[in-house]
Amino acid sequence: MRLGPIHWLLLGFFGVFAALYARSPKNPRLALRFLRFGVLVGASTAVLAPFVWLVAAAFKDKAYLNEFVFFPPPSAWSSKTVNLDNFRTLFAGDATIQGTVYFWQYVLNSVFLATTTTLVQLVFCSAAGYALAKFEFRGKRALMTFMLVSMMIPGVLLFAPVYELMVTLHLVDTFTGLILPGIVTAYGAFLFRQACLAVPNEMLDAGRIDGCSELRIYFTLVMPLVRPMSAAFCLVTFLGAWNSFFGPSVFLHSQGQLTLPVILNRYIGVYTNQYGVFLAGTLLAIIPPAVLFFALEKEFISGLTSGSVKG
Amino acid sequence: MSARVSTPKQYYRGLAPWLLLAPYIAVTCVFTLYPLANAAVLAFYQTNGPASRAFVGIDNFRFLLSDPVFYRALGNTTVFALCSVFIQLPLSLGLSLLLNSGNDRWKSFFRLVLFSPNLVGQIFVGILFGVLFTPRYGLINRFLQALTGWGLEQQWLGDPALVMPAIVLTALWVYVGFNMIYFLAALQSVDKSLEEAARIDGANRFQVFWNVTLPAMRHVVLFVVITSVIGSFQLFELPLALLPTSNGHGPDNAGLTVVGYLYDVGFNAGDLGLGSAVGWVVALIITVVSVLQLRLAGGGEDE
Repeated sequence: MRLGPIHWLLLGFFGVFAALYARSPKNPRLALRFLRFGVLVGASTAVLAPFVWLVAAAFKDKAYLNEFVFFPPPSAWSSKTVNLDNFRTLFAGDATIQGTVYFWQYVLNSVFLATTTTLVQLVFCSAAGYALAKFEFRGKRALMTFMLVSMMIPGVLLFAPVYELMVTLHLVDTFTGLILPGIVTAYGAFLFRQACLAVPNEMLDAGRIDGCSELRIYFTLVMPLVRPMSAAFCLVTFLGAWNSFFGPSVFLHSQGQLTLPVILNRYIGVYTNQYGVFLAGTLLAIIPPAVLFFALEKEFISGLTSGSVKG
Repeated sequence: MSARVSTPKQYYRGLAPWLLLAPYIAVTCVFTLYPLANAAVLAFYQTNGPASRAFVGIDNFRFLLSDPVFYRALGNTTVFALCSVFIQLPLSLGLSLLLNSGNDRWKSFFRLVLFSPNLVGQIFVGILFGVLFTPRYGLINRFLQALTGWGLEQQWLGDPALVMPAIVLTALWVYVGFNMIYFLAALQSVDKSLEEAARIDGANRFQVFWNVTLPAMRHVVLFVVITSVIGSFQLFELPLALLPTSNGHGPDNAGLTVVGYLYDVGFNAGDLGLGSAVGWVVALIITVVSVLQLRLAGGGEDE
């Protein structure tokens, strides 16, 4: 077998490591740091390679999809090999019994569902969290215990009966049916409770003395103070709603109502021999979460772990 | 979270808290409690879509216990859960240790990169990896070929023995970085003076990790193990998108999961009663496994 670039890379890596180690075997700090860095670079490459490949597949012409591993070399780079044909096919529209449905429609549906879910959850979860953090009322302990227990009910248990309920309520094939059950969650309420506990009571009192109603206090005093928490929460919720598949695939029937995960999953069967088309769609579908994530990265990571580490 | 402000007296303002909690209470009653009660009833009926139902007693459960496909689905899901706990979590922990041991500016970069697959929904991951696993042209086989000279023509998703490894590999790509974030946060909150003391007493790196660091982060480890098992038992979308031609079953049902089975009988075949019964079985397994893990971990010493 002939040695390829991968082998030379590995040999070089271990060669440098061995050389560093041989220089000071008693105190191999530099060698270990090199090893650590190398492993992390390797892991990151493994993580990033599929993304790069996805971008390449989306822009390669269908005749050249399998020709080059990633992008064609500069010498073969032309509008014949790299172009927007996959996107053109994607946006050409699907003929259905309800008339032509364009890809924009699915994008719009996904954007609408994810943003609505996020905004509604933000309002109701923070309201519930504020009530749990700053008010004493009868039954509070029991309610909080119930909420904790309810978080442990596995979703699978509710799939069948919720579907039946949706049929009874005539909410199948409507966005309302998808949004309504998820407008507030125990998990979200607890996250906001944590954030609201840090709001000083003196401030709320000041608001009350000035004659603010409880709702006004909540909107104008509490909400701005829990903003860092809100950013993380919105991102987690948006990601969940944007990527959700089970609900939309079960509840939505008309083609014009479908969301991106549902339609792209169908496109695998439609564009069997032109996988560039549904990969182009997949590429478009992962851009919005990525943009949001890079904008809110710090808040997101801290919000993700706040419940588990301190909790 | 910043420090709590202690509250000597809290405030009672009549209806306000109830108004704020009203949406939660209403939604929970309608979309959690009522369906939960209904799930208990539904499991004893055979239904044909939501419209017609007939009481069948425990026949749904009897059918499940005699259905080899259901056992296959249970087996596959268990294998996946075991791989999550014994392959994926150690890798996550290892990467978090590597990240934590240096304090260079690359740390946040690596963390960002390793976490990034979690932005991509399971369906999209499945679509992407379905193509990556293609024989001859797929990236994975091309890499194998370049590294070992073998494997270019290897079927993954068409070979019953390799379907589960392919699903596990795909899940590794996504979730190693996810659990790494939790481990990393736990590592950063471990008391440095304890580790320092152990090192001065002559413990080597491994001993410090095994006897000081790991026990100090056991709550997070337990949390991550339990959530991984719960997540594994609800695996559904990944195999569905990876194996589109067989509706997520794969050759010889090698990729079928319990939730995939539920989706099949409940929504494709329209027997919501049988689907409910599957739901109860999954819920039972999740509960038993979680309780066992909590017991094994020492029965919640201080939590």
